[in-house]
Amino acid sequence: MTERQPTDWRAPAMQRRLRRRYAAERRFRLLGLAAILASAAFLAFLLVSMVARGAGGFVETRVALPLDLSDVRIEGARLMGPGADLALAGAGLENAVDRAADAAFAPAGGAAILSDGAWLVVRDAVKRDPGLLGRRTVLDVPVATEIDIARKGRGTPEAEASVRRLGDRLSSGLNTDFFAGADATDPTRAGIWGALKGSLLTMAVTMALAFPIGVLAALYLEEYAPRNRVTDVIEVSINNLAAVPSIIFGLLGLAVFLGTFHLPRSAALVGGLTLALMTMPVIVIAGRNAIKAVPPSIRDAARALGASRVQVVFHHVLPLALPGILTGTIIGMARALGETAPLLMIGMRAFIAAPPDRLTDPATALPVQIFLWSDEVSQGFVEKTSAAIIVLLVVLLAMNGLAIYLRNRFETRW
Amino acid sequence: MTDHAKITAEGVNVFYGAKQAIRNVSLHVRQDEVTAFIGPSGCGKSTFLRTLNRMNDTIAGARVEGDVRLDGEDIYARAMDVVQLRARVGMVFQKPNPFPKSIFENVAYGPRIHGLARSKAELAQIVERSLQRAGLWNEVKDRLSESGTALSGGQQQRLCIARAIAVDPEVILMDEPCSALDPIATARIEELISDLRGRYAIVIVTHNMQQAARVSQKTAFFHLGELVEYGDTSAMFTNPREERTKDYITGRYG
Repeated sequence: MTERQPTDWRAPAMQRRLRRRYAAERRFRLLGLAAILASAAFLAFLLVSMVARGAGGFVETRVALPLDLSDVRIEGARLMGPGADLALAGAGLENAVDRAADAAFAPAGGAAILSDGAWLVVRDAVKRDPGLLGRRTVLDVPVATEIDIARKGRGTPEAEASVRRLGDRLSSGLNTDFFAGADATDPTRAGIWGALKGSLLTMAVTMALAFPIGVLAALYLEEYAPRNRVTDVIEVSINNLAAVPSIIFGLLGLAVFLGTFHLPRSAALVGGLTLALMTMPVIVIAGRNAIKAVPPSIRDAARALGASRVQVVFHHVLPLALPGILTGTIIGMARALGETAPLLMIGMRAFIAAPPDRLTDPATALPVQIFLWSDEVSQGFVEKTSAAIIVLLVVLLAMNGLAIYLRNRFETRW
Repeated sequence: MTDHAKITAEGVNVFYGAKQAIRNVSLHVRQDEVTAFIGPSGCGKSTFLRTLNRMNDTIAGARVEGDVRLDGEDIYARAMDVVQLRARVGMVFQKPNPFPKSIFENVAYGPRIHGLARSKAELAQIVERSLQRAGLWNEVKDRLSESGTALSGGQQQRLCIARAIAVDPEVILMDEPCSALDPIATARIEELISDLRGRYAIVIVTHNMQQAARVSQKTAFFHLGELVEYGDTSAMFTNPREERTKDYITGRYG
């Protein structure tokens, strides 16, 4: 057997191998960079197209309407208090507005160019200043959705002709109705507040149920439960639950909360309960991982000082695991906030024209509202859909920002 | 001998599941002495130490047989309260494990959960006295609100000793307290152990035979779960009775 030659690090074969290794590294770095650029491009495309289409939803077109309200007669006292809306409707305010529009905009289409809600703007102005009754004035009122779209540049030829005729009597302003109102059949009057409030109530119920139950379950499973077949089965079941499609939870909610307990249909309460079922396994899994990450030496230290098991858990383990638990919880909540399917199953897809005041009031939620609006025929709802998506994304971003803040705020290093 | 014994163990067997870790160990720990447990890795010395404050209870599948008494009370009796036992028998671990809280809170935690201080001033007094006894007071008195984890390794270990002292234990168990420390920090801990002798019964597990010789009065040599030899440290290191002890302390194995 011959003596092994000493390695020749300068041999051409060795040099080639070295070059190949560097080339592989460069290729890998380029692929990674390309992946990041591609995802950034998709994200930018999504945001730009949403904002471009949805920004119009936050703006409404108004027309300067000359009004003569001297025909509308009403006692001053009836303009005070809760009966004012009814009194003004009874006094023929809507007809007066229509007549004024017919007179002022006859060539452009008369009263048809006004939004269904135009007279409500006049009503609110009168409530603020009863002196408007009995004199001539000019008020900016919202226009019908066709005119609104035409002014933003996507309308029909007829509507665009009307816009040209109206000329500088049209103006633009922030659509406060969109932030304050609920769903409506007329897109100029449709608002997001009803759905947002429904979502917030639903989330409140979900959080109030899923967080304590999930955290306590995670603590029990990690700190107390013996390791045996039963806990193994429970663990596998929880992991499977987290992967169950959300519509199944909707069916479960329908069967249990509506079918068995006869809770009210389309209520935020039932939506919250159903989403809590869906979110709980996520919180349990995140919680268990966070609890597992607490070093055992901390538990030993507390136990060796004579801390009872409950004291070990609540003085040491839970505070140290909390940042991780909170991060997992907020990710679970963000998923629940964007969930549509289970809410459809329990009837939260109804047309709800007033924001819910109580948990049992009929309500809808942001993603469901987006789904409903995207299904509408009217052109005006296209930009409302995009605007609602922007609102949903902003709420989600705020939640994730909160998650990052909480994690940094409570994180302890050891 | 029994009249000075703080802890007496008779015929102790410890099992982890089917595996027996400790075989029929009997020994006495005296109130006024430092007792060292030595032996090669895996010989059961740490396991035996943990039977003395029932820390083995927390390990799934661990089972203890035999009779262990603290001041004549059976610590494995049904009537014995584990929480109180662990307050009476403090423990310091191999790796310094301060809580990720302030230095003050680290020491104050024990007295607080056992309700040892009636006022804030009294609690502050306990914290100061404990840190002084642990020889840490002068180094940390101006930064009690800083995190305990920001201290150096040796300081952290002395903080853990102060934390154990703060609940006023009768016995302190130390499980290789210096194995993660540099020689200077080790020397400080050894000094501290000598200072604490007499006030607390101290049991120390160590890999370092010089350390056992320096700090202890009694030494127990464990091998494969058995107590091979137990007696005065000076006698054991100069004139071991057993062949196995002699082989170990002269570095033949282990």
